Amino acid sequence: MLPKATDRFGEFGGRYVPETLIPALDELEFAFDAAMSDPDFVRTYADLLRDYVGRPSPLSDAPRLSERVGAKVYLKREDLNHTGAHKINNALGQALLAMRMGKRRIIAETGAGQHGVAAATACARFGLECVVYMGETDMERQELNVFRMRLMGATVVPVSSGTRTLKDATTEAIRDWVTNVETTHYIIGSVVGPAPYPRMVRDLQSVIGREAREQMLARTGGLPTAVVACVGGGSNAMGIFHAFVDDAAVRLVGVEAAGEGLNTEHHSASLSRGRPGVLHGALSYLLQDKNGQVHPAHSISAGLDYPGVGPEHSFLHDSKRAEYAAVTDSAALEAFGVLSRLEGVIPALETSHAVAWLLDSVGTWSPSDKVLLCVSGRGDKDVAQVRAMQGNAR
Amino acid sequence: MASGLVTTSSNRIDERFTTLRATGRKALVCYVTAGHPDLSRSRELLQGLEDAGADVLEIGVPFSDPMADGPVIQASSQTALDAGMTFDGVLDLVEQARLKIPVVLFGYLNPFLAAGPSALGRMQAAGCDGLLITDLPVGADPALESSIGASDIAFIRLVAPTTPTERMQLIASHGSGFVYLISRLGVTGMQSAVAPELGATVARLRSVTTLPVCVGFGVTNAAQAAAITSIADGVVVGSAIVKAAGESVDSAVSLAKSLRSGIDQAT
Repeated sequence: MLPKATDRFGEFGGRYVPETLIPALDELEFAFDAAMSDPDFVRTYADLLRDYVGRPSPLSDAPRLSERVGAKVYLKREDLNHTGAHKINNALGQALLAMRMGKRRIIAETGAGQHGVAAATACARFGLECVVYMGETDMERQELNVFRMRLMGATVVPVSSGTRTLKDATTEAIRDWVTNVETTHYIIGSVVGPAPYPRMVRDLQSVIGREAREQMLARTGGLPTAVVACVGGGSNAMGIFHAFVDDAAVRLVGVEAAGEGLNTEHHSASLSRGRPGVLHGALSYLLQDKNGQVHPAHSISAGLDYPGVGPEHSFLHDSKRAEYAAVTDSAALEAFGVLSRLEGVIPALETSHAVAWLLDSVGTWSPSDKVLLCVSGRGDKDVAQVRAMQGNAR
Repeated sequence: MASGLVTTSSNRIDERFTTLRATGRKALVCYVTAGHPDLSRSRELLQGLEDAGADVLEIGVPFSDPMADGPVIQASSQTALDAGMTFDGVLDLVEQARLKIPVVLFGYLNPFLAAGPSALGRMQAAGCDGLLITDLPVGADPALESSIGASDIAFIRLVAPTTPTERMQLIASHGSGFVYLISRLGVTGMQSAVAPELGATVARLRSVTTLPVCVGFGVTNAAQAAAITSIADGVVVGSAIVKAAGESVDSAVSLAKSLRSGIDQAT
């Protein structure tokens, strides 16, 4: 009954949840650990990742971007996964786990809609009931993903409380889980929430880094100088970082959303500007006021628009194993266009933050440096939003 | 804050339940959100509920993201936050109310953490008798739990219908004052009936603790309150009171009176 060592990353993480959920979290932790040491489960999951998701995802050279940046840039193409983002890796693993636990009702929260789409996809594939909570603001920003989810048979529930974004969708999903916990599994989409979620989601996403590490070694004969990924909750970043954490020479760079600027009230840079606090079941860096009320986040990208961050990122930040930067909405928007023009890869607005950091790093590299960038998702979902913004600017 | 003017002791909760047990009566525990519907009516409401016969008042410290609460309490929390309510604002309210009945602060961990390490001392100085933190289950943060347990503030713990009996024992042994039993799965909010398995859950809990058992979540009317207090030591009414308070202080007070008489007639 005492907290397990695996509950925490340094001081961060934990299980700060209503009592009702404790037995479900115990059950989930037990089931996950048992599943991951069951060869049948591991094989079933690996087969799905290969035959349904299309893994391994390619590692692409990026010659024109490399020339612009002044280092050799490699793109880990999670955008080429089925459903267009890394989120499917986690959703399929958790859906398999839910069935193993005998739960056939799935709930999920979503911001940009990529996790919602991934959960809806996994549920359609396995014939599970799927309910996705999504903030009304995000439903407007990501109309097409709402349609996709409904097309695959999911129920999308609009959340109109609070900021009407990912934070409130998560709160609403937790409320559903507290109510229906005996029949329902909650597929959290990022490395956030109470233990065991941050560790479980990381492990399910760690395939990104394992593949990329092998691909880098095979392609270049060595490890990358730096690994760069965007960070909202931080699942694509943890997924690609995890395989490199023990490679001390490899720089790990997480890029948060600076929104309208770090010195404004409108950003999502929990690590750069927050302080530790408890939200949605875990202790981690959090945007909050002096009274401990959660400060609304802002980002052009719905997937980064969250006031918290995964607890393992807080640990990597404080232990200085990883470095965290932040880029603005306008820099991300610019990078969205740059990667499209230079490499013929339209990145998600989330990914565009990592690209923007790279564009800003010109002059800091030597030509032999190798930078591995995680293209966490494709930008098709963002094209309408970007077009509308460019139209307004004209 | 004029600390020291109010003398208090966590024993006020224990004394209240001892008296109730001696006289064969059951407790009416009323929840209100501090600062709802506004500061002055919040003060009137506390006094009105005491006069209506409440035995314990749970005073909600509003939080921006109340994941265990339903729409009524969430909306009341947002109203209070919009009007500037803070942790120390709640303490001022408690201090000014000078209630004769015990007060339990009820809320979420983050505003309590933000209030700093002297929060427990300030609570006591303001006249608070107990603390209940929804998202601090037993074992979540042993150092913090020990510091609360070692204070003179009673540490009210929650037990859920999903809680295994062995864990009920662990919870009760790390709590004081009374145990708050959640009557059903879900968030706070009003329901039309009492969950059928409640009796069995109360019996499981009683088999591992002698602390008084109060049951809450979903209680709306006198008949439900009476049904619950026929098996428990007290009943907690939250959303129904808050909803009535949103209409008027008088309607919340008259609801409390009807709950009181429902409970008393049944016992």
